[in-house]
Amino acid sequence: MTTAGALAHLPALAAADPAQLLPAREQMAFTLGFHIILVPFGVALTTLMLIAHWRGLRKGDAEALLLARRWSKVAAVLFAVGAITGTVLSFELGILWPRLMGDYGSAFGFPFAIEGLFFFLEAIFVALYIYGWDRMPPWAHFWTGVPVSLAGVGGTASVVAANAWMNQPGGITVEHGKVVAVRPAEVFFNDAFWLEFWHMLIAAYIVAGFVVAGVYAVGMLRGRRDRHHRVGFLTGFVTAACALPVQIIVGDTIARQVFDDEPAKFAAIELLPDTGSHVPETLGGVLVDGEVRYGVKIPDMASLLAGFKPSTTIKGLEAVPAGVRPTDAQANIVHWAFDIMVGTSFLMLAVALWFAWLWWRRRHTLATDRWFLRSAAACGIVAILCLESGWVVTEVGRQPWIVVGHLLTRDAVATRGDLWPFFGAVLLLYLAVGAAALWVLRSMTRRWRQQGDEAVSVPYGPERPAGTTTGKAS
Amino acid sequence: MADLVAVFLFIGVIAYCVLGGADFGAGFWDLIAGGAGRGREPRHLIDDSLAPVWEANHTWLIYCLVMLWSGFPPAFAALTSTLYLPLGIAALGIVLRGAGFAFRKASIRTPEQRVYGAAFAFSSVLTPYCFGSVAGALASGRVPTRGDGDPVTSWLNPTGVLGGVLAVLACAYLAATYLTVAARRHGDPHLLRYFRDRALAAGVVTGAVSIAGIFVLRADAPRLFHQLSHRALPLALLAALCGLLGLALLRAERTRGLRATAAAAVALIVSGWGVSQYPYLLGTHLPVQDAAAPHATLTVLVGVACAAGILILPSLVLLFRVMGRVDAAEPAPHD
Repeated sequence: MTTAGALAHLPALAAADPAQLLPAREQMAFTLGFHIILVPFGVALTTLMLIAHWRGLRKGDAEALLLARRWSKVAAVLFAVGAITGTVLSFELGILWPRLMGDYGSAFGFPFAIEGLFFFLEAIFVALYIYGWDRMPPWAHFWTGVPVSLAGVGGTASVVAANAWMNQPGGITVEHGKVVAVRPAEVFFNDAFWLEFWHMLIAAYIVAGFVVAGVYAVGMLRGRRDRHHRVGFLTGFVTAACALPVQIIVGDTIARQVFDDEPAKFAAIELLPDTGSHVPETLGGVLVDGEVRYGVKIPDMASLLAGFKPSTTIKGLEAVPAGVRPTDAQANIVHWAFDIMVGTSFLMLAVALWFAWLWWRRRHTLATDRWFLRSAAACGIVAILCLESGWVVTEVGRQPWIVVGHLLTRDAVATRGDLWPFFGAVLLLYLAVGAAALWVLRSMTRRWRQQGDEAVSVPYGPERPAGTTTGKAS
Repeated sequence: MADLVAVFLFIGVIAYCVLGGADFGAGFWDLIAGGAGRGREPRHLIDDSLAPVWEANHTWLIYCLVMLWSGFPPAFAALTSTLYLPLGIAALGIVLRGAGFAFRKASIRTPEQRVYGAAFAFSSVLTPYCFGSVAGALASGRVPTRGDGDPVTSWLNPTGVLGGVLAVLACAYLAATYLTVAARRHGDPHLLRYFRDRALAAGVVTGAVSIAGIFVLRADAPRLFHQLSHRALPLALLAALCGLLGLALLRAERTRGLRATAAAAVALIVSGWGVSQYPYLLGTHLPVQDAAAPHATLTVLVGVACAAGILILPSLVLLFRVMGRVDAAEPAPHD
């Protein structure tokens, strides 16, 4: 369907939403929101593992090697869970959104084929890496881990390409509502691709880094202040802290790109009902009946950020045709998600600066400064919140479109059956899986502490260690 | 080009049946292995054989889905909008199964292992049944081109049930033969016997159901029956031959070539279905050509399939070599 074609349906839009739209959107949001938490561990934890591994081999640092070994096992468990939730997502694309796949699968679908390739490679090399401990020459073993990390980058690029295409579809020729030609390079490297890709990749490093650091910070708060915890903390924290400033610059650039290319999303982000210049930046606040209420306004700030001068004109929600205009509720969600994303980013940046100051002034107190450790531990949770908010901004901000200008979400949804029981079952199963995953990871760490490393067997891992059967000291 | 992509897609289907099928089948034997005491040894062997490939074989499923929705989008939409019930149940089953297996392996206390194990085993039977009935629905032409076919009778019908039952049986047969070979490798005569007997039983039942299935298809899916008994007849006969050969090898307790024979039997049956259905994607209608995506997309898919062959095969060989070294260096893993 072309834009004009979609707009021709405007009168129909006034009618009630199809019955399956709500459960389908909720289910997609929930399962993707679940899956996205696992992504950083497949993509970035594996790199942290390689950093520790490298250090261990270069400097003969046994503690770093032990960290790499343990992280590889954590990564295997989470990778496995991610593989399952990813499989479910591919079913959902068809079951929940048959029109999206049927009409646009030839363009939207193929990046997933490339992703599948990377996924397959990652699975093989994860297994190879875990089997390789003690069984391969040290450096050869290290190099089997490198494809894991690289495949993670490739997989991220592929999935982000598909998502970015929904925001700024390109590379297709549509005739009579049918995709008649596809230019794959333009589909994959669409206008939103590069920035979205870097944004997600860096986010993965921030989340994995802060979560890892948070785990060791909690350990130190509980009195385990050995070198093992310090090295584990530093590897995660420093990686995330270095990635954070870069992310803020990339995020700022994306905001301007959204201002240029996706005005409806930008209006929702800024909670701006009416087009105008000298637009203030509204922090918080809600849109009620087209009026912004409450919230703190910083004069001219939104215009300044968007175009570097107060006179920059920003399109408001009124500029969006009524039939495809985000509702007040949608705009509020997007706005708040954006504020939370930016707010939590600066919060984490503050903790990173605190760290830099502590490191510079009195390095030795790092492990004993309880308030710093508490803040660092909180960063693990905050980073996940930030990731989820960013994802809400891009997904809810695209509504009511599923493919901007081509297909409305309500037109893509399944028309038959009742999706609520499916959603309910998925919800229950995922909660069980999530709880069990956390519990398994906890019991793994407990056994590491009590019985040594070889007591823990994981998916992709060998049944028992090569050579000696006694556990290593931990 | 469209035909080429269809062939690549179908290679994925066969690979998933043969590799993923054995995984599902292992869950079947896990389910009926008895209580925690009696079933301990066979379950241990199942764990040990599955762990290195844990859910990796589902990559074939993802491959099939992706090839289908990119290469033949209308067929994919027709399939999912008609068969959302079995597909949804299969998806839930995959979550349950994968998680159950991983958590059973990672947990150490028996009651927990029992819960996770039950989840793993139950969903290992449910999921292939659903996939089999999806195949039956497709093959008998019950998925309309425009989608939104009958959500219940499209898969709960004679051919659908036949597909489901055959899928479960074929998985069980494959797994039992693979596990027989694994038991010999571990040098365990008791387990060898255990799985050999089960492989024989599964093989005989699968054969019997297949023969009964001929009559079901004749009544319920005439086009498929006709093509199976004409164009695909050589494949069907070869499949029967491999089945008989497999049974003979099992009877003689000869494990050399056993796995290949069993896999070939299943692969030939599945190929027979594919050849019978050609040139239609949806069983009796929607020719491959009509459902195909634009040319450029098909080119990308062919490229991806070739890249997969070039990149993944050597990596797999490397993985198996490293694991093989592990196997050779270690004694049998259960004491």
